[in-house]
Amino acid sequence: MADELNISFYGYLFGLENLWFTETLRNIWIISGFMILVAVLVRINMSKWNPDKPTGVQNAVETVIEIFHNYVKSLMGDKYAFFGNWFFTVFFLILFSNLAGFVFLRNPTADITFTFAFSLSTFAIIHFSGMIIGGASYWKGFISPHPVMLPLNLIGDIAPAISLAFRLFGNVVGGFIIVTLLYNMAPVVIRLFIPVVIHGYFDLFSGALQAFIFLTLSMVFIRSKLPD
Amino acid sequence: MGYEIVLAASAIGAGLAVLAGMFTAVGQGFAAGKAVEGIARQPEARGSLMSTMLIGCAVAETSGIYGLVIALILLFANPFI
Repeated sequence: MADELNISFYGYLFGLENLWFTETLRNIWIISGFMILVAVLVRINMSKWNPDKPTGVQNAVETVIEIFHNYVKSLMGDKYAFFGNWFFTVFFLILFSNLAGFVFLRNPTADITFTFAFSLSTFAIIHFSGMIIGGASYWKGFISPHPVMLPLNLIGDIAPAISLAFRLFGNVVGGFIIVTLLYNMAPVVIRLFIPVVIHGYFDLFSGALQAFIFLTLSMVFIRSKLPD
Repeated sequence: MGYEIVLAASAIGAGLAVLAGMFTAVGQGFAAGKAVEGIARQPEARGSLMSTMLIGCAVAETSGIYGLVIALILLFANPFI
């Protein structure tokens, strides 16, 4: 059944026994290519920009960047606003991955390897930035309020990485399976109208919300390990 | 025979695992209700209440999502067969 409907954890395309070229990889390349194309086009357009009189593309780009920057500053504070540079890219990659269902690509976020890649990079940022910027206060955090709490603190540090990955994966793969079941099983008449609602909820609303929540929770976790 | 029993038990287990979503829904509804109360009392705090509620809902959702992931593993990547 899984082969017939193409609902599987890995959209297997071709490859060796343990080295697969999956649909996830192909779709990430398509999405990254799209994002690079947009970035290059904006950069070419930027040479014509006028700081005093913004028009067209400049307005849109500046608005997006300003909203994002203000949001990062409200969560991390002025001092650590530089983390926004990394999260801008991550946010838009996850957002476009969640929206990929609109153009009938398999969502890359419906693959647990993709979500774990990002949650583990968040995990690495949490701890390396804590070590480098926090120093002694980072190490003291493990034995606060009392050294007996050390095992609990260690579990509490590992849990965010797992819950971030599973939250994104579970939400997107649930929507993906429902959409795929609908396209494969529903009568043709229903297929004409219902998918609009389903795509609107699972891809647009849920996808954008999950990308936003991944961003927010990552920044909250990072901020909690940093000193004031 | 053993194979069929494992298949049937996996399907029943997947169904039971999805029940984890039951109390997640209760918790999310409670959070949303409290947010509505807060907005009714203080309409100007709408923006920050809204984003706090969405984050809280997402965190509360995690346990339901774990149940969903276990159900999906039992259905599509069954470790027992």
